[in-house]
Amino acid sequence: MTDQVKLQHHVEAINWNRIQDEKDVEVWNRLVNNFWLPEKIPLSNDVQSWNTLTEDEKLLTMRVFTGLTLLDTLQGTVGAVSLIPDALTPHEEAVYTNIAFMESVHAKSYSSIFSTLASTKEIDEAFRWSLENVNLQKKASIIEAYYYGEDPLKRKIASTLLESFLFYSGFYLPMYWSSRAKLTNTADLIRLIIRDEAVHGYYIGYKFQKNLEGLSEERKTELKDYTFELLYELYENEVQYTHDLYDSVGLSEDVKKFLHYNANKALMNLGYEAMFPSSVTDVNPAILSALSPNADENHDFFSGSGSSYVIGKAVNTEDEDWDF
Amino acid sequence: MSGDIAVDERTTSPATANTTNSSLIYFSSVSGYTKRFMEKLGLDAAKIPLYASEPELLATEPYVLVLPTYGGEKGERSILPQVIRFLNNEGNRQLLRGVIGAGNTNFGTTYCLAADKISAKCSVPVLYRFELMGTSEDVTRVRQGLEEFWTPQSQSQP
Repeated sequence: MTDQVKLQHHVEAINWNRIQDEKDVEVWNRLVNNFWLPEKIPLSNDVQSWNTLTEDEKLLTMRVFTGLTLLDTLQGTVGAVSLIPDALTPHEEAVYTNIAFMESVHAKSYSSIFSTLASTKEIDEAFRWSLENVNLQKKASIIEAYYYGEDPLKRKIASTLLESFLFYSGFYLPMYWSSRAKLTNTADLIRLIIRDEAVHGYYIGYKFQKNLEGLSEERKTELKDYTFELLYELYENEVQYTHDLYDSVGLSEDVKKFLHYNANKALMNLGYEAMFPSSVTDVNPAILSALSPNADENHDFFSGSGSSYVIGKAVNTEDEDWDF
Repeated sequence: MSGDIAVDERTTSPATANTTNSSLIYFSSVSGYTKRFMEKLGLDAAKIPLYASEPELLATEPYVLVLPTYGGEKGERSILPQVIRFLNNEGNRQLLRGVIGAGNTNFGTTYCLAADKISAKCSVPVLYRFELMGTSEDVTRVRQGLEEFWTPQSQSQP
C-alpha cells in the first residue's frame, strides 16, 4: 500500500436522474416490486402433506433443495457480484447488488423449507450429500471457474446459463408435487424464485447482448461457439445429475424434457436460437400448468380445435390508462 | 425532471402520424425479443413507436397485434403506455382483429397477460402465445395460423 491515496481516478456517485439505459430502471423497479421473504409463505401447512411422501420421495426432495441451495449460494456470493466490475452503467451495478441479495434470500428460503419439514439429522445428511455428489459439485465448479476467469462476457454467459438452465432439474420437483396437490405452499415459494430467476436471466442476457454490440464478427463467433460448448458440457452433466436424483422415482425422462425446454429459453435470453427441437421439449402439460396456468395450449386460437373463438377472460384493466 | 429535459421536449418537432396498411402491428422494447420474432416471421409488419417524440402510428386495414407482457406480480402495468396510446385511438381499435402474446411461463399467472387484457377489452381472440423470441415451431405455426385466419371464411365468423 502507498502512504497516500492518489486521486487519479474518481469514484462516481450514482445519479438516478441521469439514466443511460432505461432497462436498468425498469428492471430495478421490477425486482423491487417483486421483493419477497420466505416468512410470507405459510410453509407449515405442508407438514401433513410431507408426511404422505415415501422415504425415497422425502430423500429426493431434500437432495433437490440442497442442490438448489448450493447454486443460489454460488450465484449470491460469487456470480452476481462478479458481474459488477464490468457493468456498463452505475445503475447496472446497482441492479447486480439487488440480484446478489435476492439470491441469498433464495438460498435462505430452502432452509426455511427444511426446518419446517425435516429433522436436524435429515437436514445435515442432505447437506453432506450436496458436498459429496460428484455431478452437483461438478456443475457448481464449472460455473465458478468462469466467475473467477478473465473474460467478462463469458461470466455473463455462465451466469445466464445458471439462472435460466441449471436450476431447472431442481425446480421440476416442486412443480411435480404441486401438480399432485402435494407441498403446495412450498411450490408457491419456489414459483417466486422461478419468477425472480426469469428477470435475472433476462437482464444479464440483455446486458450480454449490449456488450456484443460493436464487437468484431470474429469475437462474436467465438462467444457464440463458447456458449454452445458450455451448454453441451453442462447439459451432459445435468443429465447425469438428473439420473442420480430421479431414477429412484422413475421421473428422469420427464425431467429431461423440462431441461431441454429451459435450455432453449436460456439460449434465447442470450439472443441465440433455441437448440432442442420441439420433439424433445414437450414438457408434461401438468408440469407446465403448475408453472403457469395460462400456458395451456387450448387457450389460443391457432392451437385450438380450429372452430373455437377464444376471447380472453375478463381481467381487471382499471389500472391502465385507457380512454375507452 | 431536470430543466434541460423539458427544453428537449419543447424543441422536439410536433409529432405527425404515420399510416400503415400492414396486417401485423407489433410492439417491442429496447431488448428487442418481439422484434426478433417478427424478423424471423418475415411478414410485412409495422412497429408501434417506442418514444412519444416519434410520429403516431395509424392503422388503415384490419390487423393482428403482437406484444410482450410487462409489469409486476399482480399484473399491474402489464401493457406498456405506448400500446395503450395506440389503442386509445378509436380507428386503430376498430381494425384490431386478434392478439398474439409474447412472454415467459416463469411469470406464472401473468404469462402473456397483456394479450389477455387486450383480448377481453377489445373482444378479439388471443391467437397464439410464444416465449421470448419464439422457436422455429412458433414461427411456422404463426405463419400458418395467420394465413388461415385471414381467409374470408375465418373473417366472416361471428
